[in-house]
Amino acid sequence: MTTTLEAPQTEQPDADVASGPSWKIPILLGVVGLIAFILFGLGTPSGTHTTFVVSRGSDAIQIPSWAVPAQAFALFLTISALLLAGVSAWGVATRRKLGSWVPILFGLAIIASILVWAGAGKTATSIQVTGLLIGTVVLATPLVFGALAGMVCERSGVVNIAIEGQLLSGAFMAALVAGAVAGATGSSTVGAYAGLLAAPLAGALLGAMLALFAVRYWVDQIVVGVVLNVLAVGLTNFFFGTVMRENPDLNRAIGLPDITIPLLSDIPVVGPVFFDQNLLVYAMYALVIIFNVMLFKSRWGLRVRAVGEHPKAADTVGIKVNRTRVRNTILGGAIAGLGGAFFTVASGLAFNKEMTGGKGYIALAAMILGRWSPKGALAAAMLFGFADSLREQFGIIGTSIPSQFLAMLPYLATIFAVAGLVGHVRPPAAENIPYKK
Amino acid sequence: MSAEAVKKSDDAPSQEGRDWRGLLREITESSWIVVVLAVVASLVIGGLLIIFADPAVAEAARYFFARPMDTFAAAWEAVSSAYTAMFRGSIWNYSGDTFVQQFRPFTETLTMATPLIFAGLGLGIGFRAGLFNIGAQGQIIMGAMLGGWVGFAWHLPVGLHLLVAVVASMLGGALWGFIPGILKAKTGAHEVIVTIMLNYVAANLLAYALSTDAFQRPGSDNPQSPVVDTTAQYPLILGESYRLHLGFLLALAAAFGVWWLMERSTWGFRFRAVGANPRAARTAGMNVSFGIIAVMTIAGGLAGLAGSAQVLGTEKALTAGIAGSFGFDAITVALLGRSRPLGTVLAGILFGAFRASGPTLQVAAQLPVDIVLILQSLIVLFIAAPPLVRFLFRLPTPTNEKVVAA
Repeated sequence: MTTTLEAPQTEQPDADVASGPSWKIPILLGVVGLIAFILFGLGTPSGTHTTFVVSRGSDAIQIPSWAVPAQAFALFLTISALLLAGVSAWGVATRRKLGSWVPILFGLAIIASILVWAGAGKTATSIQVTGLLIGTVVLATPLVFGALAGMVCERSGVVNIAIEGQLLSGAFMAALVAGAVAGATGSSTVGAYAGLLAAPLAGALLGAMLALFAVRYWVDQIVVGVVLNVLAVGLTNFFFGTVMRENPDLNRAIGLPDITIPLLSDIPVVGPVFFDQNLLVYAMYALVIIFNVMLFKSRWGLRVRAVGEHPKAADTVGIKVNRTRVRNTILGGAIAGLGGAFFTVASGLAFNKEMTGGKGYIALAAMILGRWSPKGALAAAMLFGFADSLREQFGIIGTSIPSQFLAMLPYLATIFAVAGLVGHVRPPAAENIPYKK
Repeated sequence: MSAEAVKKSDDAPSQEGRDWRGLLREITESSWIVVVLAVVASLVIGGLLIIFADPAVAEAARYFFARPMDTFAAAWEAVSSAYTAMFRGSIWNYSGDTFVQQFRPFTETLTMATPLIFAGLGLGIGFRAGLFNIGAQGQIIMGAMLGGWVGFAWHLPVGLHLLVAVVASMLGGALWGFIPGILKAKTGAHEVIVTIMLNYVAANLLAYALSTDAFQRPGSDNPQSPVVDTTAQYPLILGESYRLHLGFLLALAAAFGVWWLMERSTWGFRFRAVGANPRAARTAGMNVSFGIIAVMTIAGGLAGLAGSAQVLGTEKALTAGIAGSFGFDAITVALLGRSRPLGTVLAGILFGAFRASGPTLQVAAQLPVDIVLILQSLIVLFIAAPPLVRFLFRLPTPTNEKVVAA
C-alpha cells in the first residue's frame, strides 16, 4: 500500500475564475436566431397555411384545429427570437441577471417556427400537437431512468458508462420473464407486470459487476463500463439467438396496460400526455421526485454526495465510502434495468437485438446536461425526447430537413453543453477515482 | 487515468534464487500468466453458456438421474463443436479440400485484424497519454467516408490514387480526433462524452451522405457507394484467392511507427509525461494542451487508416455498416494489448480470429456469433483485474504487488 499523500486530482484546467458575464449565450442565441430567420422565416412560402391539430378523435373535449397563415407567423416567431437574443445581449452589456426565461422563450419560438415552416402548405397532413407531446414523454422515459441511474452512481463517485448495457439487459429480462409468466398464468397483464418487476434485477446484476470491478479491484470505471456494455450486447444477443429462438413463447409482444386516471385524463392536451400512460411512466415521475428530495434533503443524500465529492473527508466522519459506492452502483443499475423495461413490456414489443440503440449514452448526456440533478435530468431527457418525437412527426409530414440531421441534434447539443457553451458543468469531484484507504 | 493495467513484476528479480520453487513462483507471479488464465477463464464461462443454451443438453438433462452420462456427453459435444468451429474458422480449416480452403481462415483472421490493429494503436496512444478516446468508431467512419469518396469519385493514376485515398482517410479520422482534442484542451470538455457523441454524429453523417447523389451508387436504391477504383484499392498480398491486402503490412508498419514515436521520440516522451502527471508535465514546461490535441489527432488519424483498410481493402465500397463494430472492439484490443504496439498487434490478431470465426460458428455449430462478444469482454474484464484471476486460480499474490491502475 502506498502511504504517500495524494493531491486532489482534478483534471479541469483552471479556467474561468472571474471573467465577468459571458458573451457566449447572446452570441449563440443571435447566430441560431439568424439561421432560423433565414431558413424558416424567409423560407416559408407566402400564402400558405399551417394546421395545428390539438385534439385527437377519441378525446372527450374537442378543441378545433387551428390554421395559421404560415409566412406571417414564421416571420413573427423568428423576429421575436432575434429580439430575445438582443435582450440577452443587453442583459450582458448592462450586467443584469435576466434568468433562464430568455433562452427558454427563445427555444420555444425557434421550435414553433420550425413547426410552422414544416407544416406550411401541407393540406393532407397537419401538425399533431398532442401526438408530438405524447411522443416526447414516451421517448424520454428510458432516458430519464438512465439519467437517474447514472446520477445515483456518479454522485457517489462511480462513473456508470454501462447504462446502455443495463437498459438492454433490463429490456431483455422484462421480455423473458413477461413471456414466461404470461405462458404460465395465461394472463398477459400479469406477465407484463412480472416482467416489470424482473427488469431491475438484470440491471442490478450488471451494476453489481461494475461495483465489483470498480470498487473492489480498482479497475478504471470507464473501462469496466464500456466492456460491460459489450458483455450485455453479447449475452442478450446470444440468448436471443438460442433460448428465445427455440422457445418463441419466451419472447412475445406483451404490453403493459395504460392506466387512465379518471377526470384528469379528460383535460385537453395535458390529460393524454400526463394522465393516460402506463405504470412505468408514472414510476418515472415518482422516482424523479423521490430522488430530488432524497439527494438534496435527506441524510442519505448528504452522505452520498460527500462520498462523491470528498471520500477522504466522508471516511473521516465515519461514512463507509466503499459500501456506499457499492450500494449506489447496484441501485443505479436496478433503476436503469427498470428503464430498460420501456423497450419491451412498456412499449408492447418483443425483444430484439441491440434494441436500445444507444439510448443509454443519450441518457448519460441528459444526466450531464441536467448537471447531475434529477430535475435537470428530467428536463434534459424531455428535450431529447422532444427532438426524437419531432423527428418522427417530420417523418410523417415530410420535410426537406434530412432526418439524419434531426437525429444528430441531441448529440450536438450535448457536445455544446460539455464544452461549456451553455454554462459550465462540473461533475462530482471524486468521480472515477477509486478510494484506497 | 492510465489504462495500462501494468504490473512490472516480471522485471523484479526473484528472491528465492534459481531453484524450481523460485521458478514456479516467478511464473505464477508474472503478468503473462494472468493473460493466459484470463483467456482460459473466459473460455470456461463461454462453454458454460453454450451448454446452458444447447437444446440437446436440455433434452438429456431431463433424464439426468437415469443416465447422467448422456448429459455430459451432450455438453461436451456442444462445447467442443463450438470451439473446434472457431478454430476452423480462424486458424486452419482441417476439413477443407484444397490448400487454399485450409489456409484461408488464417488470412481472414489477419484481414479482420487490420482495422483492429490500426484503431487499437491510436487508442493505445491516447490511453498512455491519459485520454480515454471512445471515438474510434466515428473516426473510422469519417476515414472510410473521405477515403472511399476519393477512391470512387476521383480518378488518378496508379500509385498516386491509392496514396491520396489513404491520406484522405487519415485526414478524415484525424479531423474527428482533433475536435474532441481541442475541446478537451480549450474547454475541459470530457473526451469520453464528446467522442461518444461524435460517433453518433459520424454515423448519421454517413447515413445522410449515402442518401445523396454524390455518394450513392448509380442505379441503386441501397445505401451504398460505387465500388472504389482498382487504382485506389490496396493490392492483395497473397493473390486473388485471399482477401488479405496491403493494409495489413501498413498496420504492422504503423505499429513500428507508434513504437518509435512513443518510446524513442521527444513527442512520445511528452505524451507519456502528460498521461502520467499533467501537472508535473506543465511544471516541466511542456505544453499540455498541445499534447492533448496532438495525441487525439494522431489517434484519429490511425483510426482513419482503419477506415481505409475497410473501404479500400476489405469491403471496396462504402456502406452504412462499413465500420462494423471495429471502433468498439478496438477499445478492448488496446486494453488487452496494454496500449503497447506489440501487444496491440497480438491482441488485434486474437480478436481478428474471434471475428473471422463468426460465420463458421454460425454454420457449423449453429451458435450466434455473439458468443465471441461475450468471450472478448470477459477476457478484457479478467485482464483488467489480475487479483480476481489470481483469486479464481488460487495463485499467490505477487510479493511486489503494486497498485494496479487499470
